[in-house]
Amino acid sequence: MSLLDYFRSTKKNTASTAKERLQIIVAHERKRRSGPDYLPQLERDILEVIRKYVDIPADQVAVSLEQRGDELSVLELNITFPDEKR
Amino acid sequence: MAKIIVVTSGKGGVGKTTSSAAIGTGLALAGKKTVIVDFDIGLRNLDLIMGCERRVVYDFVNVINGEANLKQTLIKDKRVDNLFILPASQTRDKDALTKEGVERVLNELSAEFDFIICDSPAGIESGAMMALYFADEAVVVTNPEVSSVRDSDRILGMLSSKSRRAEQGLEGIKEHLLLTRYNPERVLKGEMLSVEDVKEILAIELVGVIPESQAVLNASNSGQPVILDEESDAGQAYLDTVKRLLGEAVPFRFLTVEKKGFIKRLFGG
Ligand SMILES: Nc1ncnc2c1ncn2[C@@H]1O[C@H](COP(=O)(O)OP(=O)(O)OP(=O)(O)O)[C@@H](O)[C@H]1O
Ligand SMILES: [Mg+2]
Repeated sequence: MSLLDYFRSTKKNTASTAKERLQIIVAHERKRRSGPDYLPQLERDILEVIRKYVDIPADQVAVSLEQRGDELSVLELNITFPDEKR
Repeated sequence: MAKIIVVTSGKGGVGKTTSSAAIGTGLALAGKKTVIVDFDIGLRNLDLIMGCERRVVYDFVNVINGEANLKQTLIKDKRVDNLFILPASQTRDKDALTKEGVERVLNELSAEFDFIICDSPAGIESGAMMALYFADEAVVVTNPEVSSVRDSDRILGMLSSKSRRAEQGLEGIKEHLLLTRYNPERVLKGEMLSVEDVKEILAIELVGVIPESQAVLNASNSGQPVILDEESDAGQAYLDTVKRLLGEAVPFRFLTVEKKGFIKRLFGG
């Protein structure tokens, strides 16, 4: 690495941003693939219901279905509400 | 029984046809009787990359429809023994390939050949699904770039759920990562995902890294698969890749920037 590169690299490089974004989206999409087909629609429906009351962006709702053993699946709903009052 | 290898990617233009031509030629050079099948119906291109475009008489769809037999249709390579090409049709009918038809042709090829390389079209539509359905192994061609990596992951999902092996509950398709158009200089500058980054995200075995190379364009200009350009970096990287596909452990090359002089290194350049 040259001296110039050294000073340049103090600001965050785009490759590491790309890696972080990919890790998140790929994990998300894998989870969705392994879940049942109705999950995306369920997620949209839940989002619509909540939006009747609070205006939240789509990425603040996460729905996942996790298999725990043979008998039990747990539907996990994670909603982050905006902190400021609108 | 032939081993069926699909060369696939999801995203278009990442180097599937270039890689199919190189890998198929490399396997034939290694003494394996190999046929490369162009599944890109409507957009025949493998013939150009292999330099046999003027020798196409019949095509894959003609064989499926019984309008020609394999013997009439397969094009024998003039440079390398044991190497054949099955060209794609240029029909606009997207459904020209039926699962039954493809299976029949692959079975017939399987009796004759050691390797069948399937050059997949881009996308996740029926053509791409047909190319991967009967595969035993998959070479997932990926560029170090966000949309290519994401699409490769989607294709990995298809391989493990929409293939014959998945549907019949057989042992899964063996997946190989082939990183192409790699530019170590840009990786060093932090502008491009590194081999390690892509490996970590996709979590499959790495079979090769092909550098971004002028030799690839030269090769396609002249209709010579780049692996025949043994002087070139890309040609050598494909030779290594073929050895790994055949089970040989070969160290990776062309992953780092060639060393420059000390002064140049100190001040950049
Ligand atoms: N290692 C490389 N270095 C430089 N250029 C490359 C390299 N690999 C591929 N290319 C170029 O990228 C372009 C696309 O390559 P190719 O046709 O093999 O991709 P493809 O995945 O088959 O595309 P499609 O999805 O349209 O079938 C071509 O112009 C080719 O010359
Ligand atoms: Mg192609």
